[in-house]
Amino acid sequence: MQQFIATRIVQGLITLIIVSFLAFFLVRLKGDPVDITAPPTFNEDQKQRLRELWGFDKPLAEQYVIFITRAVTGDFGIAYLSKRPAMELVIERLGATWLLAGVASLIGLSVALPLGIISSLKRNSLFDLGSTMLASIGTAMPSFWLGLMMIIFFSVRLRLLPAFGARDPSAIIMPSLTMGVGMAAYLSRLTRSAMLEVLNEDYVRTAYSKGLITRTVVFRHAMKNALIPIMTVFGLQLGWLLGGSVVVESVFSWPGLGRLMIDSIGVRDNTVVQAALLFFSLSFISINIVIDILYAVIDPRIRFD
Amino acid sequence: MSTGPGQPAAAAQSEEDVATLVTGHSRQPSLLSLLRRSPIGLIGTGIISLVIVLAVISPLIVPHDPIRGNLRTRYKPPGFIGDDGAFHLLGTDQLGRDIFSRILVGSRVSVLVGVVAVMIAGTIGVLYGLTSGFLGGRVDGFMMRICDAMLSIPFVIRVVAISGIVGPGLVTLILILGLSGWVTYARVIRGEVLKARENDYVLAAWSIGQRPLWVVLHHILPNVIASAIVLAALQVGITMLAESSLSFLGLGVKPPTVTWGIQLADGKSVINSAWWMTAYPGIAITITVLGVVFLGDWLRDSLDPNVRGRD
Repeated sequence: MQQFIATRIVQGLITLIIVSFLAFFLVRLKGDPVDITAPPTFNEDQKQRLRELWGFDKPLAEQYVIFITRAVTGDFGIAYLSKRPAMELVIERLGATWLLAGVASLIGLSVALPLGIISSLKRNSLFDLGSTMLASIGTAMPSFWLGLMMIIFFSVRLRLLPAFGARDPSAIIMPSLTMGVGMAAYLSRLTRSAMLEVLNEDYVRTAYSKGLITRTVVFRHAMKNALIPIMTVFGLQLGWLLGGSVVVESVFSWPGLGRLMIDSIGVRDNTVVQAALLFFSLSFISINIVIDILYAVIDPRIRFD
Repeated sequence: MSTGPGQPAAAAQSEEDVATLVTGHSRQPSLLSLLRRSPIGLIGTGIISLVIVLAVISPLIVPHDPIRGNLRTRYKPPGFIGDDGAFHLLGTDQLGRDIFSRILVGSRVSVLVGVVAVMIAGTIGVLYGLTSGFLGGRVDGFMMRICDAMLSIPFVIRVVAISGIVGPGLVTLILILGLSGWVTYARVIRGEVLKARENDYVLAAWSIGQRPLWVVLHHILPNVIASAIVLAALQVGITMLAESSLSFLGLGVKPPTVTWGIQLADGKSVINSAWWMTAYPGIAITITVLGVVFLGDWLRDSLDPNVRGRD
């Protein structure tokens, strides 16, 4: 088990190194960053000084080595615009994004699990049909549009909730609902099919024939096995959630990592973009390692080798 | 019920199937006959056909110029009739342009981006997955690590970052979505290849001395292509949603090109007063993607042997 965790962490680190590579070259795709970021009034001499200051005059490989050795110590350079360490800006915003993603996941799971389980037990009923329809619409809807519609309804019409910012505690309701709906839609369909598969198994029939009531069969026998695919997809869906946060945070002016990235891309602040990309990836990788470890807790049959 | 190709009798759920079995024309019921039985498939195909037809003929049927508006009739609510008798079914926007006409024309970008980007992503992904799965070993391990790295940056963030840096434009947008979307195919296809290459007939092909390329193209590819088609159908929806997100953020296609995402971005700044500018383009996206989702679900249920019959 310990060895498995170690292997997964090493794999995660390798992945992260490749990501750092991608992030590094991505921000240099459009050629010389100085030509784009420097004020138009700068002459060639001043630009050259900027290049030396930021280290863009060195060969790419050397730049990468400098970038990665500093990055592991948490130094991503100084943000061009705010003149503060990029790392500091990212850490500041990371909490808001995690909070949003966490609340959205809770909403998603607490809607999806009951909906999916009931659907699977009452297969082809009106309830099943209705929840499948809702789930399809939920997956087809752009989440940021749902957010905009909620603003129209709850902020403009009813004046109940703040349309943007994070000052008021109630401000998290709309952005997290916006993101939670999409997740609930996807996970409820998955829960349904995972449950259907398990409910056909012999041991479930045995459990029923022993005279156990539905609740016991569902929660003690079926659910545990259905949870494994649900957890896998939940982990991958978190990535989708983080991705959606970029747009949803912009809609609601939520001070998270996604909006920081959009703002930094807007002003070509490469240091922040690189750091934000790495932290998105780090969040995703760590969550999926935790989920891999959780498998073993839920299903002792799973052996790692 | 299991409906593997080895037990055609089990697949016979209707008289049509029995008829096909008896006449022996086809062991598998044709897609068309399956479609007739599936409401989801029918609705999906209906929506998609409608959207494609509208996208193609929209310039001919729009009631108003989608790009040039009438500044005297700005922000007019749905159902507005101007002094000159111009009727605006879904209202007008900040430049007095007819929203209904703009939605009709906006379908073109969605369809174009959805289809072309998915074709690019699918081709790259299938080739990558075939190579990785077929070569196996260290090469496979390395190629899959690259996929892991790509996947660890969520799709939308990937495309937002790239298009933010490369800049907007229709062709760039299609390329970006295509070049970032292949990873999903690569993973799935590689898994399918690993399964397919264990088949006895692949071993047989090897043993009679067929060349590797021939084995891949003639014995392995036909086995994995169904999964690729199903995945492609599901990805069209995701790609369309990504396009609207990017255009909404101002990173996708630029005006005067009309897209649903740009319409939503226009609507956001006047969300307090002109709700119709936001509501209708979003409904257009939702219905279109819903059609794609239905079609994808139906294709998965009827084409993909792994999922078929379970649900």
